[in-house]
Amino acid sequence: MFSQYLFYFLSILAIYSALMVLISKKPIHSVLYLTLCFFAIAGHYILLNAQFLAVVHIIVYAGAIMVLFLFTVMLLNLNVKNEFQKPRWVKFAAVISGSILLLTLVAIFRTYDMTVIKDPTLTQIGLVKNLGIILFKDYLLPFELSSVLFLAAMVGAVMIGKKDIY
Amino acid sequence: MPEIVNNMHIVPLDYYIIFCSALFAIGVIGVLVKRNALVIFMSIELMLNSANLLLAAFSAYRNDPAGQIFVFFIMVVAAAEVAVGLALLVMIYRSTHTIDIESLNKLKW
Repeated sequence: MFSQYLFYFLSILAIYSALMVLISKKPIHSVLYLTLCFFAIAGHYILLNAQFLAVVHIIVYAGAIMVLFLFTVMLLNLNVKNEFQKPRWVKFAAVISGSILLLTLVAIFRTYDMTVIKDPTLTQIGLVKNLGIILFKDYLLPFELSSVLFLAAMVGAVMIGKKDIY
Repeated sequence: MPEIVNNMHIVPLDYYIIFCSALFAIGVIGVLVKRNALVIFMSIELMLNSANLLLAAFSAYRNDPAGQIFVFFIMVVAAAEVAVGLALLVMIYRSTHTIDIESLNKLKW
């Protein structure tokens, strides 16, 4: 029972903070609400018995990406409330099409027949030992290729961010 | 930590499907509604996270670790995308002094 209540609490927290990302006017408030949403998702990972994923999620998202967003807000001086918004009918149409997308996604996923269902609290696949064995045995090539991707992204970000290239 | 988690009861997989679909739809609505390019990046992060959580949920419920490995690679791609995208954003702000996407329509037909 306890995990169900925790699931409801984390889901409501995540959806509330995701909505507040869109509703809040200042970008800095959006960034802080997004951090709250990421922490709620990390709690979901712990509920799914994927502890290593939860820790990596907190380190990567709440640690690195949020700092990147906050530094961009600081560099661009966006904290002044500059009111550029889309017209009302565009917002209305966007909300309606998003709701239709939600309906379609739920309808698609519910027709999918789940044959093998295990209790996630009994599996040990989310622990560091098992994930590490699989990552370095079966998925070694994508792991190394992702390091090349990181190098390319780093070089690209530095080159784009240089001041004297226009 | 596993001992704590082992003593809890199971949540139906449908709940995760509905929750992640709602999070994904909120991200899509954010991309469509907002004019601030920074908030559009945040909405893209929301969509990536909902896909990640659903992958992890399916992998945990089907006892298949490949889904959780895939989440790692999605995180890698998301981090690289945010680094390059925010560098582009700073560059655009430096030359046009705005990140309003409605004013960045020089290449539009």
